[in-house]
Amino acid sequence: MVALVERIRSDKDQTAFAVLFRHFAPRIKGFLMKSGASESLAEECTQEAMAVLWHKSHLFDPTRASVSTWVFTIARNKKIDVLRKQQRPEPEDLPWGPEAEPDQADVIVLQEESERLSKALAALPDKQRDLVEKAYFGDMSHSEIATVTGLPLGTIKSRIRLALERLRHEMK
Amino acid sequence: MIKHHLPDEVLMAYSAGNLPEAFNVVVASHVSMSDDSRVRLDTYDALGGAVLDTIETVEMSEGSLEATLAMIERTAVDAITTEPRTLKPGVFPTPLQDYVGGDIDDVSWRPVGMGVKQAILKTSKSATVRLLYIPSGVAMPDHSHGGMEMTLVLKGAFEDEVDHFARGDVEIADEDVHHTPVAVGPEDCICLSATDARLKFKSLLPRLAQPFLQI
Repeated sequence: MVALVERIRSDKDQTAFAVLFRHFAPRIKGFLMKSGASESLAEECTQEAMAVLWHKSHLFDPTRASVSTWVFTIARNKKIDVLRKQQRPEPEDLPWGPEAEPDQADVIVLQEESERLSKALAALPDKQRDLVEKAYFGDMSHSEIATVTGLPLGTIKSRIRLALERLRHEMK
Repeated sequence: MIKHHLPDEVLMAYSAGNLPEAFNVVVASHVSMSDDSRVRLDTYDALGGAVLDTIETVEMSEGSLEATLAMIERTAVDAITTEPRTLKPGVFPTPLQDYVGGDIDDVSWRPVGMGVKQAILKTSKSATVRLLYIPSGVAMPDHSHGGMEMTLVLKGAFEDEVDHFARGDVEIADEDVHHTPVAVGPEDCICLSATDARLKFKSLLPRLAQPFLQI
């Protein structure tokens, strides 16, 4: 997945984009429809979100996010923009400079941790997984979510913290 | 050194995109100042990614890939924002500068009495976010909270009965908290405060001031 994004960034590779599109577009569309969009609006917004992915491929940092995570943030911003008609204030980006390259070992570990998290989410009892999904679709209060346990969020958090500390060190 | 970070529930709600814009301005500003909160926010984004991984998919319509590639071709020449949002130096964190349209010297303050000044930022209407300027030694208006109030210190400091809040610290009060924050220290206090529409004022003077405070 990471390699596909890199091919879009460096070679404007439409074949790589097609693979990502087939994987993510039906997921983004599902996410937007669960969040309250009609089928036609979700279709339109998904295409726009995938176009954003193409244009912003150089902003993806694989030491701090998996491709799924990054695509989620794009889809979420589309949801806020179109469904909630709000602007999205965001902290400044912390991109890698033109010279600094992310460490491949860090990339691999973070991607593995992300996969582990997805598997753990899939393995949750239906009722608990439902709670997590609903929190992200926006139809429940966030206090209920505190009852969900069994997700390895601590480990992925440590990886992200490490990557951010290294990035801050690079930026000095 | 930031002591009071945002709680997980708030970061998760921001990650999921479920907070009113006014609160998002405070969250984004705090995250810009706190790497601890940024790490936890990124973790909730990772959970959002996992939700996307495990979600029920919905088939795209025929020709959607070609349509998207055509859209990419069309917009490639346009100046769409693909530049990273870079750090804007100054007293105010970057996301706040985006809303103010500048830094601390660019705020259009309006006096609300006792030397206190405020500037309400333009956001969607479901909640309100304002900059507050409170001279050192002066109390914020005494009020009880009908909903949630989230206050981020940008300059100076304030104290309530329980705690001390300095630059980067964020305090969350809900309907159960009756507190009287007072600006303290050598500098006047500037903070960013989001409130929901149900906030109620207790004492007479603040009640009179309410229309001006737009709570």
